[in-house]
Amino acid sequence: MLRYFVSKLLISVVLLLGVLTLAFFMLRMTGDPVALMMSRDASPEEMEAFREMMGFNRPVSVQFLDFLSKAAVGNFGNSLHYATPALPLVMERLSATVKLAVIGLLMAILIGVPLGLTGGLNPGSPLDSLGRFWGLLGQSVPNFWLALLLILVFAVRLHWFPSFGADQAKSVVLPAFVLSLAVSSQILRMTRSTVLEVRGEDFVRTARSKGLNQATIYFKHILRNVAIPLISVIGVQFGYMLGGSIYIETIFAWPGMGQLLSQAIGWRDFPLVQALAIFTSVVVLALNLATDLAYALLDPRIRYGK
Amino acid sequence: MVSKTFSPKADSRLEIKTTFKDRLAFLARLLWRDKGGTIGLIMFFIVVFAAVFASVITARDPLDQDLINSKMPPAWEEGGAWEQPFGTDSLGRDMFSRILSGARVSLTVGFFGVLIAATLGLVIGAIAGYFGGRVDSIIMGPINLILAMPYLLFVVFIAAILGRSLLNVILIFGITDSPIFARVARGEVLRIRESAYVESAISAGARSGRIIFDHIIPNLIGPLITLATFEMSAMIFYEAGLGFLGLSVPPDVPSWGNMLAEGRKYLVNDHWLTTFPGLAIMFTSMGMNLAGDWLRDVLDPRLRRSRK
Repeated sequence: MLRYFVSKLLISVVLLLGVLTLAFFMLRMTGDPVALMMSRDASPEEMEAFREMMGFNRPVSVQFLDFLSKAAVGNFGNSLHYATPALPLVMERLSATVKLAVIGLLMAILIGVPLGLTGGLNPGSPLDSLGRFWGLLGQSVPNFWLALLLILVFAVRLHWFPSFGADQAKSVVLPAFVLSLAVSSQILRMTRSTVLEVRGEDFVRTARSKGLNQATIYFKHILRNVAIPLISVIGVQFGYMLGGSIYIETIFAWPGMGQLLSQAIGWRDFPLVQALAIFTSVVVLALNLATDLAYALLDPRIRYGK
Repeated sequence: MVSKTFSPKADSRLEIKTTFKDRLAFLARLLWRDKGGTIGLIMFFIVVFAAVFASVITARDPLDQDLINSKMPPAWEEGGAWEQPFGTDSLGRDMFSRILSGARVSLTVGFFGVLIAATLGLVIGAIAGYFGGRVDSIIMGPINLILAMPYLLFVVFIAAILGRSLLNVILIFGITDSPIFARVARGEVLRIRESAYVESAISAGARSGRIIFDHIIPNLIGPLITLATFEMSAMIFYEAGLGFLGLSVPPDVPSWGNMLAEGRKYLVNDHWLTTFPGLAIMFTSMGMNLAGDWLRDVLDPRLRRSRK
């Protein structure tokens, strides 16, 4: 178990280094990061001064080492717009994004798991058809569009929920629901197909043939085996929610990292964009690590496999 | 065939030989049995038809402005007219012809994006899977790195740096999506290499080339086509999303994402500027997902049973 944990941790550290490297070189992809960050009508002197200030005039290798050593102590440079360190600005926004994602994830689990279970246990039933339709909707409805439609119906026409902001308790309902739709569809489809698969396994047939009652078969044999892949899907989807709420936070003016990202792009504040990208990746990597561990704790096959 | 003697080789070929027509009939039967797949394919062909024949279906130019008739509602609402069934936008441009042109942009991005991603992914994944060992670790390291990162965030990051153009969007999706194809191709190659039929081909003395072309590549096509369908649908989604943030094709190009970004400003009073582009994305994506589910079931017989 310890060996498994250490090897997963090492992989995460390597991935983290990879993320830093990618984020560093992406900013220099067009050749000149100065032209990217300054307005078109900046004078050559201003551009030169800016280049000097940001240290872009040094050799790339020096810049890269400098970037890495600063990143190691959590320094990702200053935001151009706020003129303060970028990382605290990002951290400030974390709690709002996490709150949105947690509530969205709960909604997705509450919708996806029951529908997936009933669908998998009774394929072809009306509830299964409903579930499959929901699964299809979740895959094909663009969330930014759904957000606009829900605002139109539930905020503008019916006045049930506020159309933007995070100052009321019920503000979270619409954005969290939009965020949960695609995830609930993933969870539903996965639960359904795993149940279908496990139902046909030998151990279920054996259990049935030795006369176990249905409830015991469902809870001890089927549900336990469904839980394992479910945890992994939930972990991956939670990461997706943390990094993928850009549209939703922008549309609902939800004060999280996604909203900050679209603002930073608008300001051409690339140091801030870079810090956001790195920080979100770190959170997602940590989440993947946690998922892997939960997975190993639940499934002895993985623990002893390697 | 050199001779007609009953060598074991000729014999086995006789048994598995099915004509192209048989296969087509078999596919058609499977398709008919899966109503979702039938509907999905029809939906997809409608979108392709709309994209190809946009200029034949409507004579109106999607870029022609007519400020006097701006923000005209769709035909079935008060103040609408059947000459412009989906109404007009804030500059009086015909929404119906803009939606049709949008299909063109979306399908172009989806098709070429997937083509690049699948080609890159197939080559990279097949090399990693076939040679294995150190080659595999060197190739799959960066691939797993990219797959572990928050995808949307990095696509937005790159798009913001590169700037708005159709070519950039296609390249961004083509390159950032290739790791998924690489991973699937690698997994399939590994699975096929271990399979009994490849083992027996090797023990019968088949050379590498024969194994790659006769056994591995034909077996890779199924999973890759299925993946391509889903990825194309995802790319159409992401393109619209980038457009919505103002990071996709230039603002004067009528893409569904650009139209949504524009429509958002008039959401409260002129809902059709938002409704139609969104419906178009949903229609396309739903068709491709249904068709993709069907393809996956058909191309992978192991799954055919589990669905009823």
